Amino acid sequence: MSDTIVSLPDQATARIPKDNYITRENGLLSWLLTGDHKRIAILYLISLSFFFFIGGALAGLIRLELLTPQTDLMATDTYNKVFTMHGVIMIFFFLVPSVPATLGNFFIPMMIGAKDLALPKVNLLSWYLYMAGGILAIVTMATGGVDTGWTFTTPLSTHYVNTNVLTTGLAAFIAGFSSIFTGLNFIVTIHKMRAPGMTWFRLPLFVWAHYAASILMVLATPVVAIAIVLVALERTIGIGIFDPTKGGDPLLFQHLFWFYSHPAVYIMILPGMGVISEVVSTFSRKRVFGYTAVAFSSVAIAVFGFFVWAHHMFIMGISNYAVLVFSLLTMLVAVPSAIKIFNWTFTLYKGSITFETPMLYAFGFMGLFTIGGMTGVFLGSSGTDIHLTETYFIVAHFHFVMVGGMLMAFLAGIHFWWPKMTGRMYPEKISQLAALITFIGFNFTFFPQFILGTLGMPRRYASYPPEFQVLNVFSTAGATILGVGYLLPVLYLIWSLKYGEIAGNNPWQATGLEWQTQSPPLTENFEVMPIMDHEAYDYEWLERQQKAEKEKEAAHAG
Amino acid sequence: MPDNHAIAHGTDDAAHAEHPPYLRHHFNSAAQQADATNFAMWLFLLTEVMFFGGLFTAYLIYRNWYYPAFVAGSHQLNVVWGTTNTVVLILSSFTMAMGVWCAETRRRRGLVLCLSLTFLFGLVFLGIKTVEYREKIEMHHVPGFHYSLQSFLDPESNSEVYNEYHDKPLAPDMAVHTELYFSLYFLMTGMHALHMIIGIGILGFMIWRARAGAYTSGHVTFVENFGLYWHFVDIIWIYLFALLYLISRHQ
Repeated sequence: MSDTIVSLPDQATARIPKDNYITRENGLLSWLLTGDHKRIAILYLISLSFFFFIGGALAGLIRLELLTPQTDLMATDTYNKVFTMHGVIMIFFFLVPSVPATLGNFFIPMMIGAKDLALPKVNLLSWYLYMAGGILAIVTMATGGVDTGWTFTTPLSTHYVNTNVLTTGLAAFIAGFSSIFTGLNFIVTIHKMRAPGMTWFRLPLFVWAHYAASILMVLATPVVAIAIVLVALERTIGIGIFDPTKGGDPLLFQHLFWFYSHPAVYIMILPGMGVISEVVSTFSRKRVFGYTAVAFSSVAIAVFGFFVWAHHMFIMGISNYAVLVFSLLTMLVAVPSAIKIFNWTFTLYKGSITFETPMLYAFGFMGLFTIGGMTGVFLGSSGTDIHLTETYFIVAHFHFVMVGGMLMAFLAGIHFWWPKMTGRMYPEKISQLAALITFIGFNFTFFPQFILGTLGMPRRYASYPPEFQVLNVFSTAGATILGVGYLLPVLYLIWSLKYGEIAGNNPWQATGLEWQTQSPPLTENFEVMPIMDHEAYDYEWLERQQKAEKEKEAAHAG
Repeated sequence: MPDNHAIAHGTDDAAHAEHPPYLRHHFNSAAQQADATNFAMWLFLLTEVMFFGGLFTAYLIYRNWYYPAFVAGSHQLNVVWGTTNTVVLILSSFTMAMGVWCAETRRRRGLVLCLSLTFLFGLVFLGIKTVEYREKIEMHHVPGFHYSLQSFLDPESNSEVYNEYHDKPLAPDMAVHTELYFSLYFLMTGMHALHMIIGIGILGFMIWRARAGAYTSGHVTFVENFGLYWHFVDIIWIYLFALLYLISRHQ
């Protein structure tokens, strides 16, 4: 087993290609008015990171408050606002668009051999909507914030709070349309823009995962949009839809809200799973085991994902029969998720594994996502849910899936495709260290919360009984380590923009079409329109290509 | 020098050669472009279905719970105006379809005429809707603003409706639920009217462009896709008409 698969061009002679998507046009306007999916992806990457660090700072405040059992850092009202804004920003402005809007935007057209997404203007519009929503959320936060929790629960949000529910709702509404446009664009692109020979079952699994997530974006997001409109009207003119005194039912809001917000967690995680498929295959030099099963498991997660929403409402007074059905359906989602985990594991089996940073993050994903997913089964079974819901067990569960899963996948993807996006390598040793720090910090932060949850510590309170303090101190200390783990990549990735080694076309010896063109790519992605004449993850094809190339060069020289 | 040797061989699509002016750079052929934008429009309409779907769900639930209130509320609507509006919208869909045909067969004047008629029908629809909303305001049937239960507790006070349906007074605890009916009425027709207003705005733009011949030179995707939108808005109305106006007209 060799230590590394990285093959870089000779650094003394290698140059970044003069003509690429970054250098083709200059000036701020050429970025703000661009139709190029790669530039829009970069815009998204910058703005997403900004919102991530705001959301992260808020998380830091939460952990700091919870360091001691008393409420000493901030008043309870402020604490409510802080955790609400943490949720709103992280979910609507980081997790939902994270991988699709950056890596998906950048690489789906390249992977399928297209010049751009089908609707470049809609793509740009989606970024502007995202920014409008994001700025509105920040303004809301600055002018008093909102304290309903990110779930806008009625009748709290409609009748009992006097914070900025309307503007926060509007921000989420606008961000929702940004998400709809991204998903719509992906579906059209994947259907209509594939290169000759790029059949459905030759698509990289990254594309399949995004296809499934896009279906969810397109079908689920409008429902939360109308739910938010109804909350706004209920709050302003009192239409009565969610008001029991007028015959309305607050539970209807829960149904409409979770009809989006449960599929939304699959919108968040599926693209991450797509990243892991690419990374695991590349760094074990093997075709993903059970390609078809993994592809269909993405679609299965999307389909099942639509029929499990009521598991958020087991203690809210839905009927026992509904609980029974939704409990069963919820556990069914574990099946396609497990198919993915098992298939990645079998991909590793007898592969030539190397441990570059993306692979370390991918391992982190597989372990943490498995724990996050398994604890989801506890919460899906109605009996244990009654004990565990509204405790830190829930908090730990979704942070294992979203932070341990999704954020790890995001970082895996960013490192994996960084050479392609920028033309330069990130520094390997320090980034391996960052991956390790993230993993350790993550476990310190969130594992104690599982224990706190089973002991009965409720979520969303600024104070807690003193006997929970030890575990909370662990958690806060872990969050500090985690913070370092997230700060490091920002620093060394920015450093690498100027000082990183020249990556060449295909530093990982990966098989995707995106690796067969220059880095950074041309504005039109490929010099000549590619023809796909092999299966996805066909490493023998890559070897044959490289051999033929060498022979051609030798003949040329001779 | 960017290398693409890994990709076996390039291809120049045949359609690339002719290159009509409206073909965007990232598509290989006009057919692919039309296909993609058309598909995108259908997907957008799907999101619209889900958007209205939330309202239809609310309607379904509350109608089942408070059926007598929904019947009494429905009887307060003016079915003549509703029917007229349905006819107007179906006519506008017909002129829109004719417009698409005109664009496809490159009849510039026909297209302008059809779009103008559609525009006009749209305005007529909104005009009638305004008259109906006004009636509701006068009757204190607007939820949240001085909503009055009088028409339901004492149906004979509104002789026009009473003479037609002879509704019995509702029990007070059922009568309050008529407010939910009118909430849904205003939400659903209001959301529909918003779509009409957006559509009429786009129609105005299209008439201006069509006069310059923008859609009669072979590039009909925009007209076609707008046609889809217009028909969709029309179909939503037909459901709204049946669900809101026609609850138990003949007991």
